[in-house]
Amino acid sequence: MSRTFTLDDLKRILLEGSGAPEGTGLEGDIIDTDFADIGYDSLALLETASRVEREYGIELDETVVGEASTPRALLDAVSAHLLDQAA
Amino acid sequence: MTASVVVTGLGVAAPNGLGEQDFWNATLAGKSGIGPLTHFDASGYPARLAGEISDFTAEGQLPSRLMPQTDRVTRLSLVVADWALADAGVRPAELPEFSMGVSTASSAGGFAFSQQELKNLWSKGSQYVSAYQSFAWFYAVNTGQISIRNGMKGPSGVVVTDQAGGLDAVAQARRQIRKGTSLVVAGAVDALLCSWGWVGLHTSGRLSTAEEPTRAYLPFDDRAVGHVAGEGGALLIMESGDSARARGAEVYGEIAGYAATFDGREPGLRKAVELALADAGVTAADVDVVFADAAAEPELDRVEAEAIVEVFGPHGVPVTAPKTMTGRLYAGGAALDLATAFLALREDTIPPTVHTEPAERYGLDLVVSQPRAARLRTALVLARGHGGFNSAMVVRS
Repeated sequence: MSRTFTLDDLKRILLEGSGAPEGTGLEGDIIDTDFADIGYDSLALLETASRVEREYGIELDETVVGEASTPRALLDAVSAHLLDQAA
Repeated sequence: MTASVVVTGLGVAAPNGLGEQDFWNATLAGKSGIGPLTHFDASGYPARLAGEISDFTAEGQLPSRLMPQTDRVTRLSLVVADWALADAGVRPAELPEFSMGVSTASSAGGFAFSQQELKNLWSKGSQYVSAYQSFAWFYAVNTGQISIRNGMKGPSGVVVTDQAGGLDAVAQARRQIRKGTSLVVAGAVDALLCSWGWVGLHTSGRLSTAEEPTRAYLPFDDRAVGHVAGEGGALLIMESGDSARARGAEVYGEIAGYAATFDGREPGLRKAVELALADAGVTAADVDVVFADAAAEPELDRVEAEAIVEVFGPHGVPVTAPKTMTGRLYAGGAALDLATAFLALREDTIPPTVHTEPAERYGLDLVVSQPRAARLRTALVLARGHGGFNSAMVVRS
């Protein structure tokens, strides 16, 4: 059975692991907004990746955190792993 | 003639008062913050009393993003820094970022945070350790977070010399200001009242295991049996006298003199006092009050009393230890004593040493029970750190 990783899952994990950013935060259309502009730095993404790995039982490449600069990119990277896992 | 370095703002968090005014009122009233430990179950430990800050909540005072990445000590530090800046009437966002620095001392870093993450490591595995553990535990974390929150990119650092650190960090800030930095947030807050920190504190052999809060921490008393540990401290806004005058800031007073020594064959405290007085350009007769380190361990009390008597003569100067109301706050304690000294100078009032009945053999004029009104212009603050650190600082209104 394959699981999905949605924007809502990502928002929940960001909030749990790194708190809510100032300003408009996670409201609005953020799927293509840079994490830095949303208010999350590289350490927040490291923490997020670690929580995703734990929750979904996957191991992300070390490059994912560095290269996935938007929610969409991270969702795609995680989804690809989940597909691999299901295959 | 070196330029004067002055204090224009104070932020205080103590077991007997949150905020400068609460703390000062409590201190004059002789209100003690020492009681049974509640942060964790301490029933199985030899020492079970502490000076806890019971009414502090960071939520609402700090952004959500900071909560998962900060230990209690850092949250306290950030809020106390905010209070100090507000007290000084400084808005960091309006000042050049490289003109401001942060100089704190720390005795333990973020202990409760680390305890939780080590527990995760051992019980669940490395993938359960927070990425924020990478810095949340670290001695320099309070300096770093204050620097980031307030956009202060000038010279910054941390000093780790136990209780003496509270003075050493302020001395370091004075050096940076003399070298050209306009403003430094300086001092210390310590908070390590978790079970891991508690085990560590016991290794000093200096924790009081007395059960009664009024009999647990009695410096210079024949009944002295060690100290009670507490949490909290103070941060000071330090500026050059010229820049404080230029912006019309209210000034608490000046960091007039400082010296640090290390114990060798002989204890180094007296030498630290003499060097600090010389650095301030004052003599013993100019000092109106001494804030004692007050270890409450018979040998250490003797050494401190001898140093004071040798420099000032028997009963030669009023001595006080308001930390009997808070417990020893380690680096935070010396910074709090410094803040208390400035408040005492402003109010011409020496706060009391509570609970203690001083032994006559020490030859000290200890201000006990009640505050004492006195014309105060110059105060001396003493602090010793475990392992042989001695620091002395002279402040002047």
